Amino acid sequence: MARIELRNVFKHYGRTEVLRDISLDIEDGEFVVLVGPSGCGKSTLLRMIAGLEPITGGEFLIDGERMNEVTPRNRDIAMVFQSYALYPHMDVARNMGFSMEIRRDAAEKRRVRVTEAAKTLGLGALLDRLPKALSGGQRQRVAMGRAIIRDPRAFLFDEPLSNLDAALRVEMRLEIARLHQRLAATMVYVTHDQVEALTLADRIVVLEGGDIQQVGTPLDLYERPANRFVARFIGSPTMNILEATPTETGVELKNGARIDLPQVPDRSTARQLGIRPEHIDLAGPESGQISGVADVVEHLGSDTNIYVDVPGLGPLMVRAHGNVPLRPRDAVSLRFQTGNAHVFAADGTALRSAPV
Amino acid sequence: MAGIRKPSPLRTAGKYAALAAYVGFALFPLYWLLKIAVTPDQLIYSEGTRLWPSAATLANFTTVVFQTDFLAYFRNSVAVSLTTAAATTLIAAGAGYAFSRFHFRGKSLIIAVMLVTQMFPLLMIIAPIYKIVAAAGLLNSLTSLIIVYTAFNIPFATFLMQSFFDSIPKDLEEAAMMDGCTRFQALRKVILPLTLPGLGATLGFVFTAAWSELLFALMLINSNDTMTFPVGLLTFVSKFSVDWGQMMAAGVLALVPSCLFFIFIQRYLVQGLTSGAVKG
Repeated sequence: MARIELRNVFKHYGRTEVLRDISLDIEDGEFVVLVGPSGCGKSTLLRMIAGLEPITGGEFLIDGERMNEVTPRNRDIAMVFQSYALYPHMDVARNMGFSMEIRRDAAEKRRVRVTEAAKTLGLGALLDRLPKALSGGQRQRVAMGRAIIRDPRAFLFDEPLSNLDAALRVEMRLEIARLHQRLAATMVYVTHDQVEALTLADRIVVLEGGDIQQVGTPLDLYERPANRFVARFIGSPTMNILEATPTETGVELKNGARIDLPQVPDRSTARQLGIRPEHIDLAGPESGQISGVADVVEHLGSDTNIYVDVPGLGPLMVRAHGNVPLRPRDAVSLRFQTGNAHVFAADGTALRSAPV
Repeated sequence: MAGIRKPSPLRTAGKYAALAAYVGFALFPLYWLLKIAVTPDQLIYSEGTRLWPSAATLANFTTVVFQTDFLAYFRNSVAVSLTTAAATTLIAAGAGYAFSRFHFRGKSLIIAVMLVTQMFPLLMIIAPIYKIVAAAGLLNSLTSLIIVYTAFNIPFATFLMQSFFDSIPKDLEEAAMMDGCTRFQALRKVILPLTLPGLGATLGFVFTAAWSELLFALMLINSNDTMTFPVGLLTFVSKFSVDWGQMMAAGVLALVPSCLFFIFIQRYLVQGLTSGAVKG
C-alpha cells in the first residue's frame, strides 16, 4: 500500500501550462477523487502519477521515494482506463492475468488468481470470451479485474464509468466503493461527475484551469466551499449566486432585500451572496424575505424544484422537500436559511464564516 | 403496411446485371490472356476475335516452362519481390510506428519530404538512378532492383503502416506498460498482433508493385541470368514477330505467385480485429 505525495508539481506542453504548482498528499488507503470540468488537468495529473506523462517540474513520491523518472512498469500502480483498454486479441482470462504473465508468474498461480478475481467480479463464466463478445459493464469489470489481480500499491481510475449507461453506472459505482472497502488500497479517481465524487471520495480535489481550487471531504466542499467555483461545481442543483452589497448586519440584494448574516463577521468586501436551492424555504406572505412568481415547477416526488422569478433580482432556484402544490404563476414568498448562506468577495473567494 | 416491402424483382435483376457487367469488364483482359494462352499457334490469327478457339492446347505452357528461360525469370522475380516486400514492410512498420506514437524534431519535415518523393514521375529520375547504380557496380544484379524498389515503396508503405498504427488506441499500449511491459514488450505482445492486417496489406501491396515493375528492371538489367519476369516477357517479342501464345502462357503463370501470395495473406487482411478493445 502506498502514500502518494505531489510537491509543487507543474506540467507544461510547450508553452502551455496545464498544471500549476500542485501539492497534494494522499494517505495510505485513502480514496481521493480528482474532479473538475473538462480541460482542468485532472486526467493529466492522474497520468503523471501513472508515469504515462512526464512531470515538467516538482516532485512526485510514493512512500517517500522519488518517482519522477521511474517508468510506469516499475511504479507498481494499476490503472483502469476510461476506454477499458482491454487487449482485443486475448480472452478475458489472459487479459486479467497479463501482468502476471509479464512478471513470469507460474501458470498455476496465475490461474488461481484469475479464477478468484473473476469470481468476486462475477466473470466466472466469461473467462474464455474475447472482449468484443462482452457488454460494456462486463468489459468494465474485466478492466477492474486486471487491476485487482496485480495487488498493486495504488489504483488509478480515469473516468471509468463514463461509457456506461445511467443504471449500470450506479451499480459499478457501488462495486468500486465495495472494492475500496475490501482492499483498503490507495485509490485516485478522476471524474467530472460530482455525484461520483461525493459518493466515493474520502477527500475530493477540485481542479480548475490547472489549479487546485480546494481539497476537502465531500461535506467540507458542500458546506464550506473555498470559492465561488467550488460552490457552484459541488451540489446539485447549482447554488444561486446573487449580487450583493455589504450592510451593517449583513448584505443587501439588488432588489433591496436585506439579509442578516451574523455568522460572517467581516463582510466589508462582500460582493455576492450564495445560497443553495435546498437552503431557501417557502414562507408565508408575512414572514418571507423575498417574494416572486413561480415560473417553472418540477415535481420530482421526493422534492420539488421551483424556478422563481424575483422582480429586481432575476431567477432563483428553490428546492423544497416533498411535494409542494404549487403551479406556474403562483406567487411565492421565500425565506433564506441565512446560517447556510455563503458570501463571496469580488474575486470569488468565500468570506469565512465564524465557527458556529 | 404488411411488414417490410420486398424490393421489386426488376430492381434486384438490375442490381445483379450491373454487378455482372462490372465484374465482366474487370476480368475480361484476364480471360483474354487465358484464351490466347490456350489457343494453338495456327489459330491465333484466323480465329483472333472468337471468344473461345475451336481447339485448345497446353503446348504454349509446356514450351514456356521447358524450352525458355522463364523459370529463371520467375525465380528472380520471386526473390526480388519477396525480399523487397519483407524489407519495405519491416522498415515501414518501424517508421510508421515512430510517426504514429512519438513526437520528435523534424517529424513534419520528414513526412513532407516523403510526400514530395511521391510527386515525381519515375521517368524523371531514371537516369540519375542508372548512374548511381552503375557507379556502385550493381548493374545487372538483383540487389540493385531490391534496393531501388525498397526505396521507392517505403514512403507509401510508411504512410500505410502509420495509419494502421494510428487506428490502434494508444490506451492499449499504456495499459500494457501499466501492466509491467516495457515499450518494446507492449509493441510485441499487444500492438504487433493487432497490426497483422496492416502488415499483410503492406506486404501484399509492395509485393505486387515489385512483381510487376518493368521500367527499372528494363534499365538496370541486361543479362539473361538476372532478368525478372516482366523483362523476360519482352523476349517473346522478336524483331519480326511476336509469340503471342507463349507470351500469354507466361503471363498466366506469372499470375500464380501473386494469387498464392494474396491467398496466404488474406486472412490477415480481415478487418475488425481491434473491435472490442475500447468503449462499449
